[in-house]
Amino acid sequence: MDNSIKNRFPIFVARPGLVYLDSGATALKPDTAIEAVSGYYRDLSANVGRGLYRTAEETSARFETVRERAARFVGADPEEIVFTRNTTEGINLLEYSLADRVTEGDVIVVTALEHHSNFLPWKRLAKRSGTELRIVPFDIEGRLNPDSLREHIDGRTKIFAFSAVSNVLGSVNDVTALIRAAKAINPGIITVVDAAQAAGHMAVDAREWDCDFLALSGHKMYGPTGVGLLYGKTALLRTLEPYQVGGGMILDSTSETPVYMDAPQRFEAGTPDIAAVLGLEAAIGFVEEIGTDAIHSHEIALATKAAKRLTETFGDSIRILGPATRENGIISFTMDGIHPHDIAQVLGERDICIRAGEHCASPLHRELGIPASARASFSVYNTETDIDRLIEGLKGAVNLFKK
Amino acid sequence: MSSLYQAIILDHSRHPRNRGHLDHPTRHSEAKNQTCGDSLSADLLIRDGIIEDIRFEGEGCAISQASASLLSEAVKGKPVAAALDMNTDDILALLGVELSPNRLKCALLSLETLKKALTTDKITA
Repeated sequence: MDNSIKNRFPIFVARPGLVYLDSGATALKPDTAIEAVSGYYRDLSANVGRGLYRTAEETSARFETVRERAARFVGADPEEIVFTRNTTEGINLLEYSLADRVTEGDVIVVTALEHHSNFLPWKRLAKRSGTELRIVPFDIEGRLNPDSLREHIDGRTKIFAFSAVSNVLGSVNDVTALIRAAKAINPGIITVVDAAQAAGHMAVDAREWDCDFLALSGHKMYGPTGVGLLYGKTALLRTLEPYQVGGGMILDSTSETPVYMDAPQRFEAGTPDIAAVLGLEAAIGFVEEIGTDAIHSHEIALATKAAKRLTETFGDSIRILGPATRENGIISFTMDGIHPHDIAQVLGERDICIRAGEHCASPLHRELGIPASARASFSVYNTETDIDRLIEGLKGAVNLFKK
Repeated sequence: MSSLYQAIILDHSRHPRNRGHLDHPTRHSEAKNQTCGDSLSADLLIRDGIIEDIRFEGEGCAISQASASLLSEAVKGKPVAAALDMNTDDILALLGVELSPNRLKCALLSLETLKKALTTDKITA
C-alpha cells in the first residue's frame, strides 16, 4: 500500500507527524466519509421518512440506499439491517429484545475473549432472567475452539454470543465453524456475532457465517462515530419486541395495543444520525475500493513486521500476547518493568498513539493473569515508518524507566 | 525529553520510599483502580493521633507508585487529621506535574488507599 492511501486521510495534513496505531479503538476517516457528513448538513439537512419536499425525499432515498449498500457489504438483505449507534447499542438492543426468549433454567453462553459490550449485556440478562451464564475459554493462541463448545453449550442454551476477532489479542475466530458447531448441538440456539473488530479489516459475511445476529460499529471501519449496524435474520428480527419506541416505527399508536412497523424500521425509533449513516456509505465505498483482502493483508504484513522488530529489539523483556503469527493489524504486548500506561504515555508525548489498559476486556486480562496490556493496531494508512517510530518510542520508554 | 516523567516521579517510581509492610500495623487497607488494574495496600502505625510509620505496597504505573512514595513521606510523622485533609491539589503538588483526567486516577489511588486505612477500624492484635 502506498502513500496515496495515506493521502486520503486529511488528519495527516493537519498532523503530519502523527503515528496512529489505535485503529482498534477507532479508525481514521477518509476524505470521502468526512465530505459525506458535512455534505449532508450543507446540502440536505432534512429528516428521513417524513417530509414531502425535495430535500426530505432525497434524504430518505439516500438513507435507504445506504441500507442497501450496507446489506450487500455484510452479505445480507436490506430489511435485515438496522441502523444503530454502534456495536454496544446493537447488542443492548438484542439483550432487551431477546429477554422474552430466556427463562429460569436456561443458559446463555459468552466467551472469555469478549469486549465488555458483548459481555455485560448478557451478564445482565442472565441475572435478570435467572439464567446461567457460561463463559467459554479461549485457547493458547486466543481463539475459540469449535470442538470444545460441547462442554458449554447444551439443549438448554438459548443464546451464544462471541466475537469474530479479539480486540486485544487480534486472534481471528472461525465464525462459520463455531456457529455450525453450536447449531449442531442445539439447532434452536440464537447466535450473536460481535463483528466490531472484523468489519472494514476483513470480510464480514452474515450469510456465509450463518449467524442469527451480527453487530458492528461504523467508526471502526473508517466511518463516522454515531452509526453502527445490527444484522438480524429476517425471520427472527420480525418477531422481536422493539428496543425503543417512539416516532418513525409505529403504524397505530391509538389502539389498546400499539401496532409497530415491520423490521427494520421497528427498531429505529426517533431521528437517526443521518449524517453518520451517509458517512458510513462513503466508508463502505472506501473499503470496497481498496478491497477488504488488500486491507487485511496490508495490516497483517505490518503487524508481522512490527512483531519481528519488537522481538529483535527487546528480546525477552517483551511479551507479545495472542496468536504466534499475526492474524490482523492488532498486536498487544507487555514489557518487563514498565506499566502499559507509562508506555502509552511516553509514546503519546511523541505523537505515537497506542492504547493501554484492559481495552474493555477485563475477563480476558484476568484469564491471562495480567492487569493490563499495551496495544498497537495497524490499519490501511499505516506504513513501515510507523513501525520505526514505534520502536524508537519504546526504546525511549525503556531508557526512561530503566533502574 | 518526556514532560510528564520528571526526575522526581522517575526517582520515586524507581526507588519507592516506605515500601513494603509493617510488622505490627494498627491500620490496613487495600484499594484498586478498576479501570487500569493498579493496586495499592497501606499499613499504618498510628499512636496518639500521629502517623508514626507507613508502608505502601502494590503494583501499577509510575504515576501511581511514585504518588504513593511521595505521599508516604509527606504524611509520616503528621497528625491523622492533617492527612485526612489532603486533597487532589496536594497530590499534584507532591508530583509537581499536571495530569490529564485519565492519569489523575493513577495519582489519587495512594490518597484513596491512605484515607481508607485512616477511616478503617483499628487492628486489634
